[in-house]
Amino acid sequence: MKFTLSWLKDHLETKASLEQIVETLTMIGLEVEEVVDPAKTLGGFVTAKIEAAEKHPDADRLKVCKVNTGSEIVQVVCGAPNAKAGMIGVFAPVGTYIPGLDVELKKGRIRGVDSLGMMCSESELELSEDHDGIIELSEDIAIGQKAFEVLGANDPMIEIGITPNRPDCLGVYGIARDLAAAGLGELKETRPKAIAGQFDSPIKIDLQFDDETNAACPHFTGLYIKNVKNGPSPDWMQKRLKAIGLRPINALVDMTNYISYDRGRPLHVYDADKVQGNIHARMGKAGDKFTALDGKDYEPQEDMCVIADDSGAIGFGGIMGGESTGSQPETVNVFIESAYFDAVSTAMTGRATGILSDARYRFERGIDPNFTLSGLYLAAQMVMDLCGGEPSHAVIAGDPPERNLVIEFPWSEVKRLTGLDISNVEVKVILHSLGFFVSGMDEIVHISAPSWRPDIQGKADLAEEIVRIVGLDKVAPTPLPAIEDSSRQILSVTQKRVRQSKRMLASRGMIEVINWSFIPHNHAKLFGGGQNDLQLMNPLSQEMSDMRPSLIPGLLCAAQRNADRSLADIAIFEVGQAYKGSGETEQQFIAAGVRRNTATMTGGGRHWRDTPNQVDVFDAKADALAILSDLGVNIDNVQIQTDAPEWYHPGQSGRIMQGPKICLAHFGALHPLSLEALDVKGNIVGFEVFLEAIPQGRKKTASKPALSASDYQPVKRDFAFVMADDISASIIMRAAKGADKSLISDVQIFDVFAGGSLDAGTKSVAVEMTLQPKDATLTDEEINAISAKLIAAVEKSTKGKLRS
Amino acid sequence: MTDLVGLENQIIAQIDAANDEQSLEETRVSALGKKGVVSEQMKSLGKMSPEEKKEMGPKLNGLKERINAAIVAKKDILKRAALEAKLATETVDVTLPLKTAAQDAGRIHPISQVWEEVTTIFAQMGFASKEGPDIETEYYNFDALNMPPSHPARQMMDTFFLNDQEDGKKRLLRTHTSPVQIRTMIDQAPPIRIIAPGRVYRCDYDPTHTPMFHQVEGLVIDKGSHMGHLKWVLETFLKSFFEVDSVKLRFRPSYFPFTEPSMEVDVGCQRVGNELRIGEGDDWLEILGCGMVNPNVLRSVDLDPDVYQGFAWGIGIDRITMLKYGMPDLRAFFDGDTRWAKHYGFKALDVPSLTGGLSR
Repeated sequence: MKFTLSWLKDHLETKASLEQIVETLTMIGLEVEEVVDPAKTLGGFVTAKIEAAEKHPDADRLKVCKVNTGSEIVQVVCGAPNAKAGMIGVFAPVGTYIPGLDVELKKGRIRGVDSLGMMCSESELELSEDHDGIIELSEDIAIGQKAFEVLGANDPMIEIGITPNRPDCLGVYGIARDLAAAGLGELKETRPKAIAGQFDSPIKIDLQFDDETNAACPHFTGLYIKNVKNGPSPDWMQKRLKAIGLRPINALVDMTNYISYDRGRPLHVYDADKVQGNIHARMGKAGDKFTALDGKDYEPQEDMCVIADDSGAIGFGGIMGGESTGSQPETVNVFIESAYFDAVSTAMTGRATGILSDARYRFERGIDPNFTLSGLYLAAQMVMDLCGGEPSHAVIAGDPPERNLVIEFPWSEVKRLTGLDISNVEVKVILHSLGFFVSGMDEIVHISAPSWRPDIQGKADLAEEIVRIVGLDKVAPTPLPAIEDSSRQILSVTQKRVRQSKRMLASRGMIEVINWSFIPHNHAKLFGGGQNDLQLMNPLSQEMSDMRPSLIPGLLCAAQRNADRSLADIAIFEVGQAYKGSGETEQQFIAAGVRRNTATMTGGGRHWRDTPNQVDVFDAKADALAILSDLGVNIDNVQIQTDAPEWYHPGQSGRIMQGPKICLAHFGALHPLSLEALDVKGNIVGFEVFLEAIPQGRKKTASKPALSASDYQPVKRDFAFVMADDISASIIMRAAKGADKSLISDVQIFDVFAGGSLDAGTKSVAVEMTLQPKDATLTDEEINAISAKLIAAVEKSTKGKLRS
Repeated sequence: MTDLVGLENQIIAQIDAANDEQSLEETRVSALGKKGVVSEQMKSLGKMSPEEKKEMGPKLNGLKERINAAIVAKKDILKRAALEAKLATETVDVTLPLKTAAQDAGRIHPISQVWEEVTTIFAQMGFASKEGPDIETEYYNFDALNMPPSHPARQMMDTFFLNDQEDGKKRLLRTHTSPVQIRTMIDQAPPIRIIAPGRVYRCDYDPTHTPMFHQVEGLVIDKGSHMGHLKWVLETFLKSFFEVDSVKLRFRPSYFPFTEPSMEVDVGCQRVGNELRIGEGDDWLEILGCGMVNPNVLRSVDLDPDVYQGFAWGIGIDRITMLKYGMPDLRAFFDGDTRWAKHYGFKALDVPSLTGGLSR
């Protein structure tokens, strides 16, 4: 919402400075977004006379002018066709900021001729869009004066942001009322006078609604004026309209725009001679079709409020009129419409049609229903003042919608909600100045809101009115009392796991990234997703179309982006949400990561201490197990299965299971086809840990069990077995550990090899057994007996043989 | 009678001359071995008269001890020299550089770090941390927050909607963390003190907006918390977060459907070169929105607004991260560029705490 200072002062008697007004507007909730003060922006421009203008020696269209600025004569190269000797214009010396060009003027040299300033057009001063030629002032203007004063551009423009709850401030009058309430002056209260009509309007109004739809337009008033003489609107009006960014068109159009901004009251002016028969307000119906003032064709639907004449629809109520009946420069007889259109139905029609207009903007926020007839009289008077003509009696259909809201307001409510200590009298004064009606003398009073405040619904709204006018700075910060139950859990189990897994992965040399929650459809499909109910209806792009089923594709793409920047050996991770479905329990937190090329935990790239190792499935497995272990999973008790999802290498991947049902993690080398489909290159391994799948421990106490450390020496024995090469290590480990659960404290696989003297299809696996005696040193017989048990168990479960 | 002095001098000279353990051993055997010259002399004691024995005994014993001591001393010197020679061959170039340790190479994203900082500060004030789903229904994202279908603010939110759902309910990506307010008030009876950090989504993508970003919601519901408490909580938070002794705040009346009265908060700041100093100065920077929970919101979760009251706020985590740590571009947060992460990220052990300092 834009307005100028002089415009505001039409409605506000005030001695406040521009700065005070700007400060106060922001502090009462009308946030000032911009102030354009010509004294500041245009202070450098002066009136000057072109004493001589000669053709540039090297350019036909340029002139070399001698410009008298009042204090000196400077040479200026000028391209304007209208530049000529003897004319008075506006001059900008070197160093002036030119708002229309957004540059600071520098000394120029144009085709070999020095230019020490600029003769300006209106667009360069941002006074209008006119850039056909330089400003031409009348010959009697003195030179060397401040140009903005001479041009009458000395009215500061203020732009404020209006929150959707304040339609009353979409007119300058409403802003003045708020400022008056805040103590910045006196509101000049004006109520437009009724027009004494001289005849009955030949155009009548008919509201054609049923009980369901009559809220759309309950009140419609009109007035016919004959013999008007349309033409340009007066200078003062044009200046104000230009200052707020509107283009003056003619008096009839400018008048409606002016009142829309002055009073927040949208209007429409019909060329009465083009209206066929009477005007009806009704809902759209089949066959309705018209061309609106934006030049586009519309076919109103049954849920849209239209204005029609006997020929059919001629406009959308409260949004935009039609081309066929709009006023023209040559219009002689007019019919002025001032009607009340419902906010919700205006908003819905506006959205459906996509039309943006000042009328829609105001109606959909809710205009003052009690100003409909006043607005009509105000408009009629202005038409007659500007264009002459004779008015009819007003035509009135329907009544303003009534809002019988009375709020029972305990005075104590102000303190309860805001903490402010303020007297009842002061509260009452503020409410009155904003137009509220307060009745009653007790602890609880009855308050009704003025018709222009549709946002006021209850006590909290009244508290807001008080506190914003008193000033939010008057509310004293008050410490929050300590909470009684201070031992409450701050983080949920999942939140703790998220946090812990991030730190764990970072400590393993991985870098955290945050990827979009949405990925391309083909990526989603490749990684177990892509279903319809996880696709966005209105994605920003095809690259962001589906909610991700997995974190891996985003990580792979991020890895590739780094590789494209020559960062080939990187390890990155993300801990975040993935979506199995659109239900609220189907979002799950996953810790996932990828390592590329040589980015093992000991760091990527070449180094004198070691030969570069390509990452492999075991790097990914280690990451996954590190998280699980850190989150309290006993990793000696998990099982590794080899049926990871299809985006992993079928022979170099696994699934970490707890029991037969709970899948804790996937890990592995990525499938070459997955990488190819995502256009990702390099040797990449990855993992996904399902943080919410981890069963919650039953730990109830922080205390740990007593340490049991044996005093007897542990004994180690090595065994090597030959077996088929598809026997998995987990089978060997389980058999070996199970051979004697009380004495075998550890089993390690310390060597695996194939080839050499071994038969094809077999491998040798070497196992180290550690025995931890508890009560006495073991005898050779005892050790041999346990060894035999281990050998038998491994041979049995692997169908292998001890190597001799 | 043998010349003991001459003998001693001779043996000591041999010991001195020994330049390795082997020749020293040979000297020892030739002197003190079974057939060594000193041992032979000792044997001759048995043939001597008691007087001779009395004279020669101590002399020979003294000789033996001195030679022994000289051998031990020499042995030590030789051993040390041998070790030194061996060590000299083991010299390495200790100036060779090491690889970056894993815990120095890894990084925590600034968003995660600030998320922890925020949680830590509010935990001190008794706020628990809650979360809710990203995919929401219109009820939680709009209706229950006093934004009925006709509400203009509902259109201003640039909402992402999901395709038609099997259950017929419309689903959307939450446009703010405020649905967690509703979920918490349904789950839990007052008094309530929570924050709700999380991802939020709006279809908007330009230099200062990303379609996904992070917010932290705050909610207090009890029987007495008013705007003064709200001001104190936010002031305390901002001071702690920006690690300054005082912070200049400006509360401006504003409008949000879910709060009434509603306010926007500007923080005082000052630009010094490229750095933005938060807390003091003549410039204002809008930093968050807040207000008293709208009575309609309380009614939507069956709380009587005449009995219960409280306040709520929302802060952009990405935004305060940029302000505190000086990142110029929001879009880089979600680009995965490891150079950016190395520069702006945090190490695994940089855990924020109020005792150790948030940013150390």
